[in-house]
Amino acid sequence: MGKDAGAIIGLTEWTPKRVWDEPMFGMEACARLAAEALEDAQMDKDEVDGLVIAGLQDSPMFAPSALAEYLGIRSNFNEVVDLGGATSCGMVWRAAAGIEVGACDTVLVLTPSVPQPPKPEARKGPGKMRMPPYLGGDAWGSPQGQHEIPSGLVAATPGFALAASRYMAFHDCTQEMLAKVAVDARHNAQSNPRAIFRGKPITVDDVMNSRMVADPLKLLEIVMPCFGGAALVVTNKSRAQRAPHRPVYVSGHGEHLTHKSITYAPDLIDTPVRIASERAFRMAGAEREAVDLASMYDCYTITVALTIEDAGFCPKGQGGRFVAERDLTWDGGDWPLNTHGGQLGMGQAGNAGGMSHVTEAVRQIQGRGDGQVPGAELAFVNGNGGILSEMVALILEGA
Amino acid sequence: MVQFASDGRPLPSPTPVSQPFFDGARRRELMLQRCPRDGFFHYPRSRCPDCLGDDWSWEKASGRGELHAFTIDRIGHDPALSSRIPFAIGVVELEEGPRMTANIVGCELEDLRVGMALKVEFEDVDETTLVRFTPR
Ligand SMILES: [Zn+2]
Repeated sequence: MGKDAGAIIGLTEWTPKRVWDEPMFGMEACARLAAEALEDAQMDKDEVDGLVIAGLQDSPMFAPSALAEYLGIRSNFNEVVDLGGATSCGMVWRAAAGIEVGACDTVLVLTPSVPQPPKPEARKGPGKMRMPPYLGGDAWGSPQGQHEIPSGLVAATPGFALAASRYMAFHDCTQEMLAKVAVDARHNAQSNPRAIFRGKPITVDDVMNSRMVADPLKLLEIVMPCFGGAALVVTNKSRAQRAPHRPVYVSGHGEHLTHKSITYAPDLIDTPVRIASERAFRMAGAEREAVDLASMYDCYTITVALTIEDAGFCPKGQGGRFVAERDLTWDGGDWPLNTHGGQLGMGQAGNAGGMSHVTEAVRQIQGRGDGQVPGAELAFVNGNGGILSEMVALILEGA
Repeated sequence: MVQFASDGRPLPSPTPVSQPFFDGARRRELMLQRCPRDGFFHYPRSRCPDCLGDDWSWEKASGRGELHAFTIDRIGHDPALSSRIPFAIGVVELEEGPRMTANIVGCELEDLRVGMALKVEFEDVDETTLVRFTPR
């Protein structure tokens, strides 16, 4: 990898919304995202020869070829990524690696998350964004359907709550410490014009007084599902050098997964980001101390505490104390984290929510952050899919 | 696959490989597969997840374990269970080694503690039997 890998040169990101009043089919959304990201990169569509997507509702089979046909793209590199919340980070390194090995030169990475137009027979519109609770575990033969779903271990929150219960039983971590993650995320969201919680800062007391959802996780420690969309243009070094924005190289990456249901994790509180991060830092030749900006998947407060320690930014078991004692804000914080507000502050727009951690790191390194951190040269970005199941780490660096 | 009980709750649909586990539950026996090289494993699989061998056998487990992690669903994440809230979901570490997901019943929710000693119990629901755990 390093600076011979692909560089991110352009992006677009839609404002997350709880209700989306402009339904689009997946390929329509991809077309609009592609046009906007290529405009941002000042790149001609005919230079695109790679597509990385996460499936299409309007072409559940043959998705890349259907999309290439729809967009009028002759594509040399085509990937469908299925890594839950880690999908977006997984897409980014696949695009960069495809370019590095010479499979392609310029890749569109597309993460639409919008409702389709209602079917003719439907009586009402799509309503609010909701995740299906069984997450595919109701398929015939699924072990999850037989051994987890009947107990009520469905959706994501109860699984993360299980990990949180064990973490708090063995480590120095209180609910107040974890609440600070949500408070600093909301603070950072105030700088982000796209954040769903802009204009709504919160305090630790607000988090502590919010409704218990799945012990020990409370409402304000949990992301709000939204609609939205995002896209990136990733290209090779020579094309990146003529881009209008500073190229941001994917200089290291790692990916690790071991389980789907948290019950069968090798260790409930030693998460796959440990191995993913070790690989990413080694590949980039970077030390933890070189990180100017962290952009960590924050579906829940506990996810951030576990990610910080498992990615090696503090000793094991100290993640709770770390988030409580460090200042994670963009404006003066000693450890700026999720300067866009994270998904806790901006909203979780499906795969575009995971992508928000990438787009924010890119904007920061390019010097066009909404809440710009001075001297952001090297960012640690990660994605988490499933229940601490699938984790991807990226090192992004300015040229 | 998930089927729904006459009272509306989700029930497992056993497969040919997992059927002995559910048959055991109906007899009030907690059944685990045991690989001659790697020991017990759960959930039921066609091959051992350590060595991919298929020379495992079914054995009756002690039914004893401890609470490895737990949560209390306060809102009904599965709409089919929302009439039962609040209820406890546990990860149970069995004496034989494997972990299992199950509801924890027969104790006050505020008395749940990571590490507490548990024993298996069973609940017949229609033609299926659910495995649950309770303090011992
Ligand atoms: Zn074996």
